[in-house]
Amino acid sequence: MSTVETPIGTAKTMVLNMGPQHPSTHGVLRIALELDGETVVRAVPDLGYLHTGIEKSCEDKTYSQAITLTDRMDYLNPLGNNLVYCLAVEKLLGIEIPKRAQYVRVMLVELQRISSHLVWLGTHAIDLGAMTVFLYCFREREEILKIFELFSGQRMMTSYFRIGGLALEPPAGWRAAVDKFLKAMPSRVDDYETLLTKNRIWMGRTQGIGYISTEDAVALSMSGPTLRASGLAYDNRKLFPYSSYEEFEFEVPTRTDSDCFARYMVRVAEMRESLKIVRQAMGKITDDGPVRANAPGVVPPEREKMKTEMEALIYHFKIFTEGFAPPPGEAFVAVESPRGELGCFVASDGSAKPLRVHFRSPSFINLQALPKLVEGQLISDVIACIGTIDIVLGEVDR
Amino acid sequence: MSEKTSQNANVVVEHLRAWKSKAIEEVIEFRGETTVVVPREWLQETAMRCLQDRELAFNFLTDATCLDRFPMEPRFEVNYHLVSIPRRDRLRLKTKLSGADPVMDSLVPVWPGAGWLEREIFDLFGIRFTGHPDLRRILLPDDWEGYPLRRDFPTQGFRDVPSTYIPAFRKQGL
Repeated sequence: MSTVETPIGTAKTMVLNMGPQHPSTHGVLRIALELDGETVVRAVPDLGYLHTGIEKSCEDKTYSQAITLTDRMDYLNPLGNNLVYCLAVEKLLGIEIPKRAQYVRVMLVELQRISSHLVWLGTHAIDLGAMTVFLYCFREREEILKIFELFSGQRMMTSYFRIGGLALEPPAGWRAAVDKFLKAMPSRVDDYETLLTKNRIWMGRTQGIGYISTEDAVALSMSGPTLRASGLAYDNRKLFPYSSYEEFEFEVPTRTDSDCFARYMVRVAEMRESLKIVRQAMGKITDDGPVRANAPGVVPPEREKMKTEMEALIYHFKIFTEGFAPPPGEAFVAVESPRGELGCFVASDGSAKPLRVHFRSPSFINLQALPKLVEGQLISDVIACIGTIDIVLGEVDR
Repeated sequence: MSEKTSQNANVVVEHLRAWKSKAIEEVIEFRGETTVVVPREWLQETAMRCLQDRELAFNFLTDATCLDRFPMEPRFEVNYHLVSIPRRDRLRLKTKLSGADPVMDSLVPVWPGAGWLEREIFDLFGIRFTGHPDLRRILLPDDWEGYPLRRDFPTQGFRDVPSTYIPAFRKQGL
């Protein structure tokens, strides 16, 4: 956060503060807009209102304690944050987790992607004046949150993925719950499209708005649906597969129009692809098998073993009091979050607390392109452009 | 997967060495990731080479971050994570900086996306990037004292909580 230098007002232009408390900034983002009539001459984003120092707090916790902090960055994608952090620490430790746990992770992360896109679609539509879609989207999102609650006991801040596997065995009855959702969802996505895709007002508000060329998007390090709508199929799930994504069949939707409408189409198509992945993952998850790696000293032992084996009890005590120490080194892992490339850099100095944890948050870096998207456009299009980048301020500011 | 990455990495390192051996101080291989340590005088040129060389084609800067190894010297390590989308490869460029003189060249001329990432490093670590077009604090207020992600900055902050240091409160026994 910093004071934004006020452009010296000539007779022609005026400065308008959009935010920090503005419903369409999706949190607390301030944008200083220099306007010539209704046209934006210059836009200066000002962030930091939600800075909570999560990266610094991580350095003061043991590796497993820091998981709960990651949930709170991108609050629409907590499981994805858990995943990238766990993958980074697992890479540092050099442990491989069982296939069954990997498939459960994939399934839940894809459900999370759908729920995140639903929130995006609902709020984006509300910003542009379409109230109905919001209500439908949140109805479906509720179903997904109920599935998360079934798995982890929490609707949003799940912390369900742990270093070396999952927190709990998948609960009884999860198949029926996921199956019910999968049966209902495809027709619901059709419903959203019926409401929006050919809607003249929607098309008028999004087509040709917020254009950014492929070259600019790559140069500004944009990623995720915003980059794919500019015609480049950069998706970590395909390019650098993690967590067994190479075993799944799905398409990476792209568009070439590079405007808000293209980003909408990409995200809707992604929801359909995610449904395919969830369906495949359900088939791959077996009913029994381990969900935690065999890594004593890192993964907490089972409750039953602690009552019969002395070593198990010792490990349990050591993990929860002093933690574990990965070998000195650095690891960077990137996954595809609903917003783009979510990266985690973890450095260890050989002690039980991380030397440095850094998150490459996609909304932070995508937001950098906002001035490029809005300059020269009308002020009402600024709202469409902020919505279309799909920022989550918790992740921007961390 | 990891084997393929390291093979690719050797090609990259050899290629860079053939171009300018002075620019490579050290090569670290850890868990299938390649780190090339570059002296700070050569960083901008090396980065430009990584971007423009067709056989390297690191066209996407994904992340830039800093690491403080206080009290060791040189304490700062600035890491740039590069991705080559056409070649499906990743690389880390690392530059070491001493605590007394934490200044280096900005990579904004190479990848404009480095802009906010370097602002964040400046904000939280106090590293100054010469040639950066807009080096201001980004997350913290302008009048913030110190650089909170340095290791010698306590997690709780330098100041006490307000109710204990305001004399008026102390008088009332608060």
